[in-house]
Parts: sequence; C-alpha cells; structure tokens
Amino acid sequence: MGRFILRRCIQIVPTLFFVLLVIFLLMKMIPGDPALVLLGPEASPEDVARFRVELGLDRSLPAQFASYVSGVFRGDLGRSLIYRQDVLSLIFERLPVTMTLSVCALSLAVLSGVPLGIWASLRHNRFSDLLITTFALTGVSVPIFWVGMMLIVFFVLTLGWLPSVGLGSWEKGAWDVASHLILPSFALAFQSMGIITRFTRSSMLEVMRQDYIRTARSKGLRDRLVLGRHALRNALVPVVTVVGLQLGHLLAGAVLTESVFALPGLGKLMVDAIMRRDYLLVQGEVLFIAVLYIFVNLAVDVIYAFLNPKIRKSYGGA
Amino acid sequence: MSGTFLKRFFRSKQGVMGLCIVLLNVALAFGAPAISPFGFEDMDFANTLASPGVGGHPLGTDDFGRDVFTRLVWGARVSLLVGVIAVGIGAFVGTTIGVVVGYCGGFPDALFMRLMDALLSFPYILLAIAMMATLGAGLFNAMIAIGLVMVPSFARVVRSSVLGLRNEDFVTASRVLGASGWWVISRHLIVNIMPTVIIYASLSFAGAVISEATLSFLGLGIQPPTPSWGSMLSEAMPFIDKAPLLAIFPGVAILVTCLGFNLLGDGLRDVLDPRMRS
Repeated sequence: MGRFILRRCIQIVPTLFFVLLVIFLLMKMIPGDPALVLLGPEASPEDVARFRVELGLDRSLPAQFASYVSGVFRGDLGRSLIYRQDVLSLIFERLPVTMTLSVCALSLAVLSGVPLGIWASLRHNRFSDLLITTFALTGVSVPIFWVGMMLIVFFVLTLGWLPSVGLGSWEKGAWDVASHLILPSFALAFQSMGIITRFTRSSMLEVMRQDYIRTARSKGLRDRLVLGRHALRNALVPVVTVVGLQLGHLLAGAVLTESVFALPGLGKLMVDAIMRRDYLLVQGEVLFIAVLYIFVNLAVDVIYAFLNPKIRKSYGGA
Repeated sequence: MSGTFLKRFFRSKQGVMGLCIVLLNVALAFGAPAISPFGFEDMDFANTLASPGVGGHPLGTDDFGRDVFTRLVWGARVSLLVGVIAVGIGAFVGTTIGVVVGYCGGFPDALFMRLMDALLSFPYILLAIAMMATLGAGLFNAMIAIGLVMVPSFARVVRSSVLGLRNEDFVTASRVLGASGWWVISRHLIVNIMPTVIIYASLSFAGAVISEATLSFLGLGIQPPTPSWGSMLSEAMPFIDKAPLLAIFPGVAILVTCLGFNLLGDGLRDVLDPRMRS
C-alpha cells in the first residue's frame, strides 16, 4: 500500500506542474496590457510601469512562470485589487462557508443517492425503478442555480417555510444557521444525487449479474445476506470514487449556489472578482480549488485502493 | 447493418423519446423567425411582467415587456448552436489527440495524457468560467471555452478505446501488409471508435447546454439583448417574488432539452455499445 501511495503522490507532480502552467497561460491570454487591465483605466502611466516591473512583466515568459511557481509555493497568490488584501488570506476567510455547504451537500447526496440507487437496482424495470431513474436523470439535466431558484419559489415564496438568503446567526440559535443551509445544500446536492444514484444503480446491477451472487443464492443464503455481505460490499467500492469526485464538483458548483443564495463563500468571492475584473483573485481561487481537487482525488484513489483487494494485493498489502 | 441499427434504436423507448425532444428543439430553433409572434427585442411597455395570455403574449412578458415565448424560442437557437459547436470542438480535437497518442504510445502519449489529467483536475465548469473571465464574455468565446474544456474527457475516452483496438488482429494484419500509421488510424481505428464518440458526444450535449446557461447566468456568455436561457434566468432573478414564471419557463426549457439529449445518448449507448447489448 505504501508503494501505491508513494507512486500516486509522485504522479501528482507533473499534474500540478501542468495545472500551474494552464493557469499561468490563461492569465497571459488576457487581451491588452495585463498591468493596465489589472490596475484599471484610471491608472497613471507611472503606476502602470511600476506595476509591470512588480509583476515581472518585463522579464521573459519562462522567467515569469518560474517566479509565479516559486510565489505559489511560498503561499503568495498575489494581492486582490478590489479587497486590497492578500488573495490566500481572503480565500481562507471565505473557505469555511463553502466547505460547510459542500460537505452538507455531499452528505445529502450520498445519504439519498446511495439508498435510492440500491432500491432502484433491487426493483429493476419496475415502476419504482423508473421513478428513481427519471428523478436521477432530472438531476443531471438541470443547472444547479435553477434548482436553487425553484427551491426559493416553492419553499420561501409559496410556503414561507425557510429563509432564502444569507447566513444564519449562531446568536439566534442553531436552527437559524441550519435553516439557512437547507435550501442551498439541497440545490447543490441535487446534481450529485442524480449522478450517485445512477452510478450506484448500474454498479449494483452489474454485481448482481456476477457468478458469485448466483453461487451465494444457490447455497441457500437469505436475500438480505446476499445483498449485504456480497453485493453491497462489491458494488459500493467503485461508488467511493464517484462520491469523492463529487466533492470537487460541489466546490465548483458552490460558485453558483452561493450567488443565488447570497452566501459569503468562495463562489460569491469569485463571481464578484469576475464582475470587477480582479484577475489575480480569480486566478488564485481557480488554482486553490484545482489543487484542492487534485488532493481530494489522491485521497479518493488511496481509499479506493484500500477498499479494493485487487489493488491492495498487487502492491503487497494485507 | 443500418437497418438493424434503426430497428434496435426504435425499440428503445427512451432513445425514441429523446430523439423526439431533440427534433422538436431543432424545429423550434430553425423555425424561430416563423414561430415567434414578436421580435425578441420588441418591448411592450403597456404589458411589463405580464402573466401568460395577457396582451397576446402566450407565456407573458419580462420586465421590459419582451415576449417570453419569443425569447425562449430564440434562446433554443443559441443553446443548440453552442451545443453543436462546443461538442464539435471537443469531439474533433479530443478524438484527434486520443487516437494519435493512443496509437503512437510512448512519450507523446505520456506527455499529452498528463496534460489532459491536469485539465481534468479542474472542475469542468470552473475551467470554463476561468477561461471566460480571461477571454471576455460573448457567444464565440463561450463556444470555444466550453469546447476546450470538453477536449480532455473526449481524449481520455477515445484513447482508452484505441488502446483496446491497437493490438486487435485486424490492426496487426493491416500493419503486416505494410499499411502506414495514417492508413491504420483513418481506415481502422476511427471507424471502430465512432460509436463511442457518437454516444459520448450525445451525452456531452446536455453538459454543453447547461454550461452555456451557467456562463450566461453569470453574465459571461451571450450578451444582451440576444436571448439565451441562462441570461433569461439571470434577468428573472430580481423579479422572482413578483413573476416566478419568468424563472420557471427558461429552466423547464433547459431541463427538457437536456433530458432529451441524455435520453438520446442512453438510447444510442444501448444500441451501439456491445456490452450493453449483451
């Protein structure tokens, strides 16, 4: 297992390099003089010239890339022009809201997606299977922000059950905080729920066709035992990968959910940065989420390898 | 072969349903000038935020008094156009990369696949947003950005198919007979991976439509006054309490269109994928 983890960690290096390169080149694609674009049209020519030197734009492209990479490894993602603050510290300020939202959404997606997928596979080609697969297909066919808007229309404007925007306050009690998170979490979870349901269902159907399930049944084992001991244990291993990958997508999806529900997280920060052309902040946030996503993928691969006896054994594990 | 394919496809209920929705969408998009009762920029100031049916507006009007039905129908054009071009870019570039590096193997394969991995490290929509933030808003840039973010997944899918085919007997036989690499790729590999590309393209179409809506919702896609379903939703947001239907119609249009493409993709997979057939 140690060898597998080491190999997987080494594989991250070129991926990280290319991620940095892509983001660096994206910044270079900004039309016009980056210093002028970043400072805005009101900046004086002296300020622009000084800023060009500060950004290292007077140097060659490889030298600029090297300086960018070394800055990133020192935790220097630049300075936000609109907030006049360090990009990394801004990200860490907003991260808790986004993480809370993403984790709530992921929990909701897993807790509903996995049982729904299992149930649909057990009722294969029956009405409940059709109902669940239609629901799951709907999940992957709608934009996250529209789900949020519909939840506001139904639960806030029509029924008046829940608050629509902003964060709750702990001073008003735990329910206030929770009630402000329910709708955004559900909106964010909806798509992942569909993906997890579809994947769990097809994984279960695949496993249920295997010879060892037939053998277990022919031994006379009860259905519950066949399902719990043989089918689920094997069917859920690949589901782990899909669930892990969803966390990365949820972090990105938060950009939209936070905009609809006016939550002060990373997503809202990014939308504001895009609207006000704060490119360094956009660049820093994209890099941060991409790196987070890479490490989530690493963790998922390790968990998958740990759960999958074939990989575990091929690397000399127990 | 094609007769059997059609027979099998028309036996798939979901595939046929998907095809009908897609064809309806195409008809609406092409027939927009004939179907729409008003111009998409025409403003009826006497009937702003009107309910469906009022003032001859079948689905009501927005805050500028523009006909919602007309804008929906014209929005279908934008969605289909972005879908076709973006999926086309993703499929063409991704397939080319996947086939060439998969067939060649070695260093080009390792290099390109690491680059593809890096691009796949970005959550899909985030990369599109980042590209649009730097390229600037607009229809053309949206198509390019969505198309480019699709390249890595097409390349991956195609490469893995090519790796499976590379050592097949018919490829080896062709090489033994003296065929060039280009001949093997164009005459044997492309033909055999086409079903995979078609299925994946059909399923990616829904992703492209949603991505376009998302970019337009954030103000990065189609610019006003040209209607797009995403920008219609963004414009509906401030009036969600007064006119919720403004937010419902464009969303339903996106949902139905994406359902159509997903159903069609699933149907095609059932017919074209030999594993699903068995």
